[in-house]
Amino acid sequence: MKVIEKDTLIGKRIAKLDAPEKASGKTRYVHDLDLPGQLYGRILRSTRVHARIRRIDVSKARALPGVHAVLTAADVPYQRPLGVGKDQLPLKGDKVRSRRDEIAAVAADSEEIAAAALALIEVEYEDLPPLTDPAEALKPGAPVIHDENLPPPAAHEALKPGAPGDAEAHRHNVAMTFDYAQGDVAVGEAESDIVVDDWFRLHYVTHCCMGVSGIIAEFGPSGNLTLYSNTQVPFLHKREFAEILGMDPGRIRIIQPPIGGGFGSKLDIYPFEPICVFLAKATDRPVKLVFSREEEFVASPTRQPVLLRLRSGAKKDGTLTFRTCETLHDNGAYTSWGATTPFVMMQTISSLYRVPHCKYHTTAVYTNNPYAGSFRGYGNLQATFAVEQHMDKLAAALGLDPLEMRLKNAQDPGETTPQGMQFKTCGLKDCLTTAAAASHWREKHHAAIAAQKTPGRLKRGVGMASMLHVGGGAKIYPSDGCGTILKIDDFAHLTLMTGASEIGQGSETVLAQLVCEELGLPLDAVTVVNNDTDITPWDVGVHASRTTFIGGNSAIGAARKAKTKILAAAAKLTGLPEVELELRGGHIVRAATGEALMSLAKLLRSLHFSDKAELVMTTNYYEPPSHHQDKEFKGDVSAAYAWATQVVEVEVDTETGVVRLVKVTAAHDVGRVLNRLGIEGQIEGGIVMGQGYAITEELIVEDGVVRNPGFRDYKLVTAPEIPEMDIHFIETMDGEGPQGAKGVGEAPAICMAAATANAICNATGVRIYELPFTPEKVYRALHRAKAPGGTG
Amino acid sequence: MSLKREIAFVLNGVRTRATVPVEMSALAMLREVVGLTGTKYACGEGECGACTIIVDGLSTCSCLMFAVDCEDRDLTTIEGLARDPLGEKLERAFVECGAVQCGFCTPGIVVQAKHWLEAHPHPTRAEIQRGIEGNLCRCTGYVKIVDAIEMASRNDA
Ligand code: FES
Ligand code: FES
Repeated sequence: MKVIEKDTLIGKRIAKLDAPEKASGKTRYVHDLDLPGQLYGRILRSTRVHARIRRIDVSKARALPGVHAVLTAADVPYQRPLGVGKDQLPLKGDKVRSRRDEIAAVAADSEEIAAAALALIEVEYEDLPPLTDPAEALKPGAPVIHDENLPPPAAHEALKPGAPGDAEAHRHNVAMTFDYAQGDVAVGEAESDIVVDDWFRLHYVTHCCMGVSGIIAEFGPSGNLTLYSNTQVPFLHKREFAEILGMDPGRIRIIQPPIGGGFGSKLDIYPFEPICVFLAKATDRPVKLVFSREEEFVASPTRQPVLLRLRSGAKKDGTLTFRTCETLHDNGAYTSWGATTPFVMMQTISSLYRVPHCKYHTTAVYTNNPYAGSFRGYGNLQATFAVEQHMDKLAAALGLDPLEMRLKNAQDPGETTPQGMQFKTCGLKDCLTTAAAASHWREKHHAAIAAQKTPGRLKRGVGMASMLHVGGGAKIYPSDGCGTILKIDDFAHLTLMTGASEIGQGSETVLAQLVCEELGLPLDAVTVVNNDTDITPWDVGVHASRTTFIGGNSAIGAARKAKTKILAAAAKLTGLPEVELELRGGHIVRAATGEALMSLAKLLRSLHFSDKAELVMTTNYYEPPSHHQDKEFKGDVSAAYAWATQVVEVEVDTETGVVRLVKVTAAHDVGRVLNRLGIEGQIEGGIVMGQGYAITEELIVEDGVVRNPGFRDYKLVTAPEIPEMDIHFIETMDGEGPQGAKGVGEAPAICMAAATANAICNATGVRIYELPFTPEKVYRALHRAKAPGGTG
Repeated sequence: MSLKREIAFVLNGVRTRATVPVEMSALAMLREVVGLTGTKYACGEGECGACTIIVDGLSTCSCLMFAVDCEDRDLTTIEGLARDPLGEKLERAFVECGAVQCGFCTPGIVVQAKHWLEAHPHPTRAEIQRGIEGNLCRCTGYVKIVDAIEMASRNDA
């Protein structure tokens, strides 16, 4: 008798399915694809930050041999506004509002010819007064960035929370506003024994995906459009392309080749994408348009720069009383997702800890700067930077231990916050105590305070920060669902067609794992198809750390349906009741003993080649049990929430201002670990991305011009600079999560800047409210603090 | 449009000829003329290491090298490591250690690691970190990349 023991894939260290081909250089990214007859597209961008276009002369470019098309706004009268704010046309005809603005595009036989053609295009500008300081944007008499009458936006079903400003708002350079309140902050303030009030300044950083942006557009003989695109939201994209191009969405197919990094950058539609389609249409040839790295720095989105004022109060015993938060978001010239980060920011303000009274306001203003998109963490890095510094500051002012202060105000499972978020599982307290214990936080914290006044060039310190983030999707659109189609062939090989895109985060592997777990199959029995809108069912997209949770539940549902079918058939064949049967190791087994009764492949064939011939194919659509927020931004927007605490240990060189990250101890409530290898990788990568945000990275934008569009001057963290990492998982087994898991993709980047700020303060006694902590900034802050009358 | 030259070199052990514009980079030649796309462009100015290849035994940013300078040289790209024992070991270690996320930086790092391990067969982790400091990775935080190189450096791997 062959016995198959029960085994599980959950929690194991599982190599990514796509890793072998990536490690051997065989993976074809969009940059590596070429279609027969393909032309090369290039875009001419504005050389001014704010100007009227007086004249564009493309005649010389058109005359260049090898040039197939030169397009300006005048050549595409059918173009429609795009993006979250619908406040820009792909090709700008009247006016440019930032240095990235697209003025003309060329399709040519080669990149070189396309570049040569761009150089032949003559543009005459009439400069307008530039507006590059967001604070100036609201002043009366400020230049108006959007004074145009854009064609009316086409009907758009996606809910536009914190709806984009209308023409009247644009007159005042207001792109969006957000207001949220709970309780009465005046009451909270009256109850406070201590109030702290500070301004925080958050800078520009950008995604720096190693694979630059690119797209290939091709029209087929029947006029159908195929796009090879790196988008993270293929189905929303399809719809948007249809609107912009005035096409039937059914005639648009999006194929997603593997992507060289996403991190939120590919969540909106950007002008280069429809421009490439215009070129393909004009030439009736496939057109490939790929950015240079410099172009990627200049013309892809940034993280949202924010000026933030936070007022927080507490009672003597450390109980939080109120918070007011006002932010000024520099929207840049156009509105993308960056303007909507208040959604997430207000959750941290209102619900990371229990705060009875809260008030939140954001104004996002137009300037002539680059515009911000979504970026891993989505506003939460900025909000957490302020909130967690205030937790330390309040604790210090009250003479309390910062850990105790946090534990006192931390959320518990079962709580519903005034904003309406329901924490069915919540591991915050465990995260706090685990990270503190593992990092020896208490001893180090006190030792550092004692050492602050002692002489010595190198100062060590520890700082902690916690975070709350959606971990079960986010109901921003009418549906937050994901579809799955599953088929099993005659040889028990399974094809999983899922709407959930793989962007390097490892979702493909986790989904395969979840399905195999249900069906008792080895991982190599699965092919995942996740990259073609003509095949895969709808999904809202890769954002909000949702893919494992939503795509996972969808896949599990489809697998369970298949299992039911299989077991019913097996029961008939074996004469045993279904409950006594199980699927293990590719076999039907007796549940109690593990005795293998028949191979799954054999069962499937007998089902297929019977007189009632049947194949096992199932479909499932999973919609999480979350809710849209109401007009006041209240509602349980996610099916689960993720928590984390990170403790950062730094060494500050007080003579140079250099901050070295020594160690990061991270405790994350991830619901449950599905793939240990994958989740560690997500967290390590997030920590280092957070380290870059805190210490090394800054996109320097001066007078609307990006001054450091290259890796030479935009400093990414390199291998020798990473801290030691000690990662702990808090498994709260979320009831709604797939096998108990919650989303984790964004979480690890969120706490780093805040924890680093607290660590620097612990080491030196000096608190810095502005990022990044470059040597110069830290040095100046330390010296200001030492100078008579200086503030810290 | 531009002036072209025919050159000959050894690519992954195979004698190869290519006709290239004089201003073309070795990276562009590999990707566009020869058609080997495992070597990646991510900056074009020697800052990221995605385009790393081995030229006459030295690891080189192919984006900074003219194609015509490949004349008479011996080039190894990621595609050539499939049949190299250390290269193969590295690739396996990268997979097993979870060192690959989006994978865009991976070929360059594998090539760099192969070159570097040959000169430093018994490295410490800190040495490995230095050995790949010229390679940027935006996804992994480098920990698992170092794990993989360490694993490949062990004889039992
Ligand atoms: S592409 Fe050559 S170093 Fe970046
Ligand atoms: S794995 Fe994505 S850049 Fe390294």
